[in-house]
Amino acid sequence: MSDVSEPLVRFESVQKSYDGEILVVKDFNLDVAKGEFVTMLGPSGSGKTTCLMMLAGFEPATHGEIYLEGTPINNVPPHKRGIGMVFQNYALFPHMTVAENLAFPLEVRGMGKSEISEKVNRALDMVRLGGFGDRRPAQLSGGQQQRVAVSRALVFEPSLVLMDEPLGALDKNLREEMQYEIKHIHENLQVTMVYVTHDQAEALTMSNRIAVFDDGIVQQLAPPDELYEKPNNAFVAGFIGENNRLFGEVKSIDGEFCQVELEGGGGMVKALAVNIGGVGTRTTLSLRPERTTIGAAQGVSENSLEAKVEELIYLGDHIRSRVSLSGNDQFVVKVPNSHGHVHLKEGEITQIGWEAEDCRALDA
Amino acid sequence: MADDATMNGVVLAADGLPLKASLNKAMRKSRLRALLLVAPLFIFVLFSFLIPIFDMTMRSVDNWHVSGLMPETTKALENWDGKALPEEPVFAALILDLKAGAISREIGKVGTRLNYEKSGLRSMITSSARKSKKVKEGPYKPIVLKMHKRWKELETWTVIKRNTSKYTIGYYLNAVDMKYDNKTNDIVMQPEERQIYGTLFLRTFAISLAITLICVVLAYPISYLLATLPVRYSNLLMIFVLLPFWTSLLVRTTAWIAMLQSQGVLNDLFVFFGLVDDANRLQLIHNLTGTIIAMTHILLPFMVLPLYSVMKTIPPSYMRAALSLGANPVTAYVRVYMPLTLSGIGAGSILVFILSIGYYITPALVGGTDGTLISNQIAYHMQSSLNWGLAGALGALLLFSVLALYLIYNKIVGIDNMRLG
Repeated sequence: MSDVSEPLVRFESVQKSYDGEILVVKDFNLDVAKGEFVTMLGPSGSGKTTCLMMLAGFEPATHGEIYLEGTPINNVPPHKRGIGMVFQNYALFPHMTVAENLAFPLEVRGMGKSEISEKVNRALDMVRLGGFGDRRPAQLSGGQQQRVAVSRALVFEPSLVLMDEPLGALDKNLREEMQYEIKHIHENLQVTMVYVTHDQAEALTMSNRIAVFDDGIVQQLAPPDELYEKPNNAFVAGFIGENNRLFGEVKSIDGEFCQVELEGGGGMVKALAVNIGGVGTRTTLSLRPERTTIGAAQGVSENSLEAKVEELIYLGDHIRSRVSLSGNDQFVVKVPNSHGHVHLKEGEITQIGWEAEDCRALDA
Repeated sequence: MADDATMNGVVLAADGLPLKASLNKAMRKSRLRALLLVAPLFIFVLFSFLIPIFDMTMRSVDNWHVSGLMPETTKALENWDGKALPEEPVFAALILDLKAGAISREIGKVGTRLNYEKSGLRSMITSSARKSKKVKEGPYKPIVLKMHKRWKELETWTVIKRNTSKYTIGYYLNAVDMKYDNKTNDIVMQPEERQIYGTLFLRTFAISLAITLICVVLAYPISYLLATLPVRYSNLLMIFVLLPFWTSLLVRTTAWIAMLQSQGVLNDLFVFFGLVDDANRLQLIHNLTGTIIAMTHILLPFMVLPLYSVMKTIPPSYMRAALSLGANPVTAYVRVYMPLTLSGIGAGSILVFILSIGYYITPALVGGTDGTLISNQIAYHMQSSLNWGLAGALGALLLFSVLALYLIYNKIVGIDNMRLG
C-alpha cells in the first residue's frame, strides 16, 4: 500500500479513556487507503470496537485526531460524517419494512420518491433479496437480516463502510457464506471497509490488511499472509492460527539467526531472530504445527528434538497429535491422514524436526 | 412409517391403547397440579371479585320488591289495561298485600322502590299499610281511594303496574339521565336540572384523559433518562420514582392537601416570592385542579414503569444506526425511537386511564364539588342514599365502558404488544 494519494481515513495518535484512569486505546495510528478492506482484530476489550465507534462518531477521542479524506472529523457529529455502518445485531428498525429501512437514509437526505424506490430495489437485488421489500425484519432469517443491514449501509453510497462484528450472531456455515458475500460486495463496489471482528479466520478471509489489537495497542498491522507467516511478537503468533510455543534463553546471535537454549532440557535450537533482546534474554519460540516434520532422522532438519506422543485426536483430514517436547506437553503437530505417512501411537517416542527459518524467536 | 402401530387411522401407543388416551393419562397429573396451584387464587378472586361484581350487576336490573312483597296485587294487575283506575278485585288484592306487608314490616321497601320512580309514593304506601290493619270488609275500592289521594291518580297505578315485572331497566335509564314518563310510559330524558350522571361520566372521562396525557408528557423524559443512565444512577432514580408508590395513598393525598390548600406550602411560597397577592391566594385544592394534580402524582409510576420497561429493551444501536444513516438527532428520535416506545405509551395510558376512571379516595378528599368523579357518586348511592340498584347500574356502565375501551385498544394496538414491566 505505497499510495501517493491521500489516505481516506487516518488515525493520528488517537487515545481513548472512558473513566480518566485507564486508556482503552493507547496510541492508535492507522491509514486506510481508498478501496481498502482493513480489519481490526483482537480479543474482546482490546479497544478495536472503541476505535470503530470513534471513527463513526459515537465516541469522542480523548486525544489525537481522526481524519476523513484529509479533514479532521473530531467535531463532526455522526449524522454528518456520511459513513455507512453495519451493527453487531444489525439494528434494523423493527417497525419499518425492509424497503422502509433501506429508504430511510435516502429519505433523510431529501431524495425524490421515484429515485428512492429505484435505489432501494437495486440495493435489494444486490443482496439477492428482491421481493422481500414488504417484509418486516423479524420475518427474515438471520442471514437475510444481515444482508439487509449491509445493503442499508451501502444504499446511500458512502465512501466508507464500517462493520462491527456483523457476523457474530450467525451460525458457522452462514457466516462463511456471508464472508464471501461481503468480500465480493467490497470488490465489486470498490468501497472502503473497516471491519471489526474477534474471529481470526474471518479476518484472514476478507481483509487486505489486518490490525491486530491487544491491550489498546496495535500489535501488528500487515496483510493476512504476512501476519500468519511472519508474526512480529508472541501475542500475534498466538492469536492468529495455531501456534506452538517454546521458551528459552538467547545464547548467541548470528546475523538473522540465533541460538536458543530451551527451558526444560531440550538443548540448543537455531531460530530466526525476529524480536529478541540481546544475548542472555528470555525469548518465546513460535512454531506453526504444520511446519514440523515427524519421525525425521537426525540431521535432516536443522532442529530435531525427541518427543513423546501424549494424545491423538482424529479430525478426518488430519490427526492432531499432542506431544511433550522439551518439557512442554502442549506441543501440537498435525499428521496428514494420507497414504505413506507415518502413523503415531500414543506413548510412542518420535523425533520432531523443523527448519530454523520456520521457528521465530519473539519477545518473551 | 410402516412400523407405526395404527388402527383405523388412530395412532396406537406401545401398549395398544390409542396414543391420544395415553397422552391424556400422562398429562393428567401435571394438569391437576397446575389446577391445584391456581385454585387458592381462583377461589379468592371468585369470592372477592367475581361474585360481588355479578351480584351488583344483578341488583342493577333486579326488581323483586313489588312482585315479591305484593304478590296478590301483581297477579290482579296482570290484565289491567291501564286506561282507567283498576276495578274492585285489584283493590281487594292490594288490601291483602298491604296487611301482610304491615305485619312483616317489609312494605316500606316497596315504598322506597316506587319512590325512585315517583316521589311521594313512599308515604302513600306506608300510611296506607298502617291504615289497612283496621280494614275489615269490602268493598275495598272506596276505602283505599280514601286512604291517600294518590290512589286516585292513574299515574300511581302505571308506576305500580310497570314495576310488577321482575326485572327493570329503570336504574340504567336513571344512570344515563333518562326515565319513564309516568303518564305515557314512554322513555324520556330527565328534566334539565336533574341530568347529573351524563355530565359526571363525561367529566370522569375528560379528567382521566387529561391525567393520562399529563402522565405521558411527564413520564416520557424521566423514563428515557432511567433507561439510558448507567445502572448506578438509574437505580437511585428508580427508587425516587417508586418511593411515592410505597407510601400510603391516604398519606400522599393528605400531603397534597397540606401542599395545595390556600394557607398551604405552595401558596405561601407564591406569596413570599410576590407571585400572588396575599388576599388572592390560589384555590388549588377541593376543585378540579386539586384532583388532577394529586391523581397525576399518584398514577405517574403506572406510566413510568411500562415506558421504562419498553425503553430498556430498545438497544442504543437503533439510534446510532439512524444517526449513521444520516438522520439528525431529532429525526432519528421521532422516526426511530418514538415509534418503538408506542407499546409502552399504550400500556401506560390504558393502565392510567382505567385506574383513574374508577378512582375514588383522592377525588373524594381533594375533589370538592367540581372535582368528584363517577366513583364518588357510586359510593354515595352505596353508603348514603342506599339506592344500590342505581349504584350497580352506574358501576356496570363504568365496567362496560372500560371493557369497551380495552377491546378498542386490543383491536388497534394488540394486547400482546402491551408490556407492563
